Amino acid sequence: MASSDVARQPDKGVRSLSLAGHVGFDSLPDQLVNKSICQGFCFNILCIGETGIGKSTLMDTLFNTNFENFESSHFEPQVKLRAQTYDLQESNVRLRLTVVNTVGFGDQMNKQESYQPVVDYIDRQFESYLQEELKIKRSLHNYHDSRVHACLYFISPSGHSLKSLDLVTMKKLDSKVNIIPVIAKADTISKSELHKFKIKIMSELVSNGVQIYQFPLDDETVAKVNTTMNGHLPFAVVGSTEEVAVGNKMVKARQYPWGVVQVENENHCDFVKLREMLICVNMEDLREQTHTRHYELYRRCKLEELGFKDTDSECKPVSLQQTYEAKRQEFLVELQKREDEMRQMFVQRVKDKEAELKEAERELQSRFEQLKRLHAEEKAALEEKKRLLDDDQSSFGKRKAAAQLLQAQSLTANGKKDKDRKNSGFM
Amino acid sequence: MATSVGGLYGEKAGGPMLDFSYVGIDAILEQMRRKAMKQGFELNIMVVGQSGLGKSTLMNTLFKSKVSRKSVLATAQEKIPKTVEIKSISHDIEEKGVRMKLTVIDTPGFGDQINNENCWQPIMKFINDQYEAYLQEEININRKKRIPDSRVHCCIYFIPPTGHCLRPLDVEFMRRLSKVVNIVPVIAKADTLTLEERDFFKKKIREELRANGIDVYPQKEFDEDAEDRMINEKIREMIPFAVVGSDQEYQVNGRRLLGRKTKWGTIEVENIAHCEFAYLRDLLIRTHMQNIKDITSSIHYEMYRVRRLNENNTMVAHANGIPEHHLTAHEM
Repeated sequence: MASSDVARQPDKGVRSLSLAGHVGFDSLPDQLVNKSICQGFCFNILCIGETGIGKSTLMDTLFNTNFENFESSHFEPQVKLRAQTYDLQESNVRLRLTVVNTVGFGDQMNKQESYQPVVDYIDRQFESYLQEELKIKRSLHNYHDSRVHACLYFISPSGHSLKSLDLVTMKKLDSKVNIIPVIAKADTISKSELHKFKIKIMSELVSNGVQIYQFPLDDETVAKVNTTMNGHLPFAVVGSTEEVAVGNKMVKARQYPWGVVQVENENHCDFVKLREMLICVNMEDLREQTHTRHYELYRRCKLEELGFKDTDSECKPVSLQQTYEAKRQEFLVELQKREDEMRQMFVQRVKDKEAELKEAERELQSRFEQLKRLHAEEKAALEEKKRLLDDDQSSFGKRKAAAQLLQAQSLTANGKKDKDRKNSGFM
Repeated sequence: MATSVGGLYGEKAGGPMLDFSYVGIDAILEQMRRKAMKQGFELNIMVVGQSGLGKSTLMNTLFKSKVSRKSVLATAQEKIPKTVEIKSISHDIEEKGVRMKLTVIDTPGFGDQINNENCWQPIMKFINDQYEAYLQEEININRKKRIPDSRVHCCIYFIPPTGHCLRPLDVEFMRRLSKVVNIVPVIAKADTLTLEERDFFKKKIREELRANGIDVYPQKEFDEDAEDRMINEKIREMIPFAVVGSDQEYQVNGRRLLGRKTKWGTIEVENIAHCEFAYLRDLLIRTHMQNIKDITSSIHYEMYRVRRLNENNTMVAHANGIPEHHLTAHEM
């Protein structure tokens, strides 16, 4: 944290002493540095720029490695962010570098919402750090800090002025992240045009109130070089990972029929200045600004949004704890109420359903009774008919028997008569 | 700025890719150093022990200047207070461009009463108050850029050189306070012990500390890796350091050295053959100072914070009749 120079000002009861001999606490900075070496460092860069403007190539060139990026198409429907983390090491320093690239920035027809995914991403990183900080059991020193430390904004080398998309985006981001504007593909602009371009850009930024990152001037060791560099903003960069033979050395360069643009030649572009400022001189300051300014601002806004204050209406200090507890009770009471409501609703529904089912049951029962009755009636009717039929049948049977009897009788009567005649005939 | 021409090794998925051009990542070490030098450091040391054990002298010897309270105040003869008092005094000291705000916290009255029960309580309260102050600053909405650190980083406990074993007061104090602060026990006025007596005493003390489960600095459970453990084991075999303090210089063998002159010889304070002051100084100042501060802030302070935030939750919950299963361990 930047000092409020606690030790320098004569506090009450703090006096300066001179030491009579070598005590040994001058090794403290070394102890601190050794601890940091063991822990490793973390650095996160966000690159915003249109598709194809050279973000990935510049990252490759800056860190001297191949980050295995793949080209994106121009047809992305929305701006997306792609973050990739790498572990780099130089001598005994381990760096965990995260490079976040925008995908599809500036490709849409309607660019009004282009900045939103970027802002959301930055806020998400702040939010997760805030969450970790507010936890009860937290481990901040082990936490992988994903907050964006530096934002390289790639300006198209039109040679005229900033695009309105550029202004709008940078304005939205300047209070959330350290913005370092760079002019991409600077080998397409001539020296004189470049000079005018830079002046135009800086004046547009100033007139629109965009706060870009200023290299710090408070440390005498680097104040001078930082002041000079502040005057060279925005850096006009060229990126290249291909090597071309110039003289008897192989240098990183871009080869054209009319000449070779050397990346590390300060006359050709400002790449070396960018690398120097971003990495060699101000990396720690970028991280510190992110933590003490941008993150604190986010935290303050977020907590105030949630209703926390440092002092209440009577200007008595209100502890975060109390406000939090009050809100928590509110929330829990609300939760309880909702739960009760839901329970009641559930009970009601069950009752209703039960009643419905009972009703249906009753209906079914009555229909069943009805059908049963019908069935009984029909059965009775049929029985009746059957009886009648039986009666008919039996009476018919009787008649038939009677008729047969008669017939039989008449036959025998006739036979007897015949016999009698026969018998009488013979006399 | 560092100008070592190292290789840059990038590792991702596959093996390392060697690329012999200088990027400048290691320049961050220099940047950190510059920032640290500009900010300055803070160190708060507490000394605890009965009166007359040489606490003030030892502090003066450690920092080679009159840092103790007695040296600052005019009254050299003070009455022993009736209860334990906590008095702190701060100094700005500087060495080779490194500025430090040193605060020495004295505890007059400790162990001096007839009934010494609970004499650690004011000390415990003081230490917890410092944690509380830091916590309050930390949870403010509008926070200071740099929260002033008044937490006690290290507590030097002075054991009287009886030569036998620890007294109940020593055991009780160290048992309680080793849980909230880094304790460095030292045998005071070690020039009254012969080397054999000293070794025996130290062994006895280490046994008793182990038997009572007291973990003094460097704590076993906070060793980070094998290298750490190796270094710390060596230190653990030497504690408690048998120290002699002095702020007077004498001529010995043609050199001016800090020491105590007696009829039978001069005890050189910084001679490791005579006493272990140099080891204490190296541990506290030259090698482990940052580590002491780190353990205070990332372990002791965090434990205090967890306890405090949890007890607040349960207190409020009970007051409102909310059942405890509603509270989750991870919310603030």
